[in-house]
Amino acid sequence: MPIVTMTVNGRTASADIDPRTLLVQFLRENLMLTGTHVGCDTSQCGACTVHLDGDAVKSCTVLALQAEGCAVTTIEGLGAPGLLHPMQEAFREHHGLQCGFCTPGMIMAAVDIVHRHGNELSETLIRHELDGNICRCTGYHNIVKAVAEGARAMAPAMGAGGTGSTGLRTAAE
Amino acid sequence: MFAFTYHRPSSVRRAAALVASAEDGKLLAGGQTLLPTLKLRLAAPGDLVDLGAVPDLSGISLAGRTLTIGAMTRHAEVAASPVVRAALPALADLAAVIGDPQVRNRGTLGGSVANNDPSADYPAACLGLGATIITNQRRIEADDFFLGLFETALEPGEIITRIAFPAVKKAAYVKFRHPASRFAMVGVFAAKRTSDIRVAVTGASQNGVFRWQEAEQALRRRFAGKTLDGMSPPADDMVSDIHGSGEYRAHLVGVIARRAVEAAADA
Ligand SMILES: Cc1cc2nc3c(=O)[nH]c(=O)nc-3n(C[C@H](O)[C@H](O)[C@H](O)COP(=O)(O)OP(=O)(O)OC[C@H]3O[C@@H](n4cnc5c(N)ncnc54)[C@H](O)[C@@H]3O)c2cc1C
Ligand code: FES
Ligand code: FES
Repeated sequence: MPIVTMTVNGRTASADIDPRTLLVQFLRENLMLTGTHVGCDTSQCGACTVHLDGDAVKSCTVLALQAEGCAVTTIEGLGAPGLLHPMQEAFREHHGLQCGFCTPGMIMAAVDIVHRHGNELSETLIRHELDGNICRCTGYHNIVKAVAEGARAMAPAMGAGGTGSTGLRTAAE
Repeated sequence: MFAFTYHRPSSVRRAAALVASAEDGKLLAGGQTLLPTLKLRLAAPGDLVDLGAVPDLSGISLAGRTLTIGAMTRHAEVAASPVVRAALPALADLAAVIGDPQVRNRGTLGGSVANNDPSADYPAACLGLGATIITNQRRIEADDFFLGLFETALEPGEIITRIAFPAVKKAAYVKFRHPASRFAMVGVFAAKRTSDIRVAVTGASQNGVFRWQEAEQALRRRFAGKTLDGMSPPADDMVSDIHGSGEYRAHLVGVIARRAVEAAADA
């Protein structure tokens, strides 16, 4: 069986896999990174969204072997317990979830929107850009609020304590 | 998925040799159509030849009035390209409404055109602009390329390397998207070139993308949305399914074509 090697959340990951292994399976079953969810497995719902070389993709629709040599970021790589990413913090603050199943994908998609469109996002733009992510609980309203707020919070912070473009802040802030 | 052998060649020549020598080989580009198809076991290739590691298959360049886009160029790159935006804004607009952001980050021009889904967007641009599809073997005019539902002039194993689009200013794409699938219920690409006028329609016909010649003829008198008032293609030729009857789609083609021509005339 072929060997695949990629960087996941900053660490090198390598394994001997069946060529059919999807990126999402590799993340969940080989690396035990179960934050990335499988909602539909038919490329529709976006629950499996991760960043592949910086771009949001549906990891149920990428073969692990296609990610050879790439850098993958999953929800686990965004923040840490006690050190949430501003977008995660915004989802918590604005109650942008109910069951939480879609949340990892929503957050990864939301961070990608900020990377492409900046920190001031209109409601229309957010709704349009979340096209690839389906939530069956919330009715989207609080998700949209959370994304707008999270985007603002990701702006390179003014003054001391801000960590600039990564948008990471300490939990104490 | 059925089991397959995976290949990751680093040249077009090698990729072509791999598909040719495989009993049932298939090219893999962005995988946004092929992987869902494999999961549903609607295809069972013995060998998958991934074009992802072949250099020079992606990229955008403008030479004179010809915009050339590599087959592996992703929809998101076309949508965001300042070169495409300046030379052929209608194409950037079209790429920006394919699927959703995640699909646009993976799906490629070559994959979309090779697949020729009857509701896909890029085939309308190729036909509406009179593009040239360039493969590892030859150049094929768009008028000779799209042969029906999922049918193209490509020979088995033939690889699209790039597509050359004439940079036409008076051009526009208007899409009436299906809200669930995101594909076109009807999409119309209208263009006024120096030599001719083209109106290409996707999503609607039972035979896939087509040029609506009756409309093209009428527009020769006056290139304006109004010219198409009251016109629609024969309903019998249109798809009739749970999403809409043939009559509905025929009517929609008329409406969307008028809007596309209006937008192209104003461009
Ligand atoms: C949720 C979702 C929504 C979508 N919405 C839309 C939409 O609104 N409009 C739209 O147009 N499309 C839509 N698509 C399809 C998407 O655009 C695909 O990316 C595209 O149709 C296929 O491109 P690909 O690069 O993913 O090709 P793949 O899936 O990798 O390949 C598709 C086919 O083309 C062949 N192929 C690939 N590259 C080449 C090449 N260079 N030369 C010869 N043959 C080749 C493959 O062998 C395969 O048969 C959607 C897809 C999804 C999953
Ligand atoms: S699980 Fe990947 S899109 Fe739904
Ligand atoms: S919170 Fe339950 S699916 Fe979105």
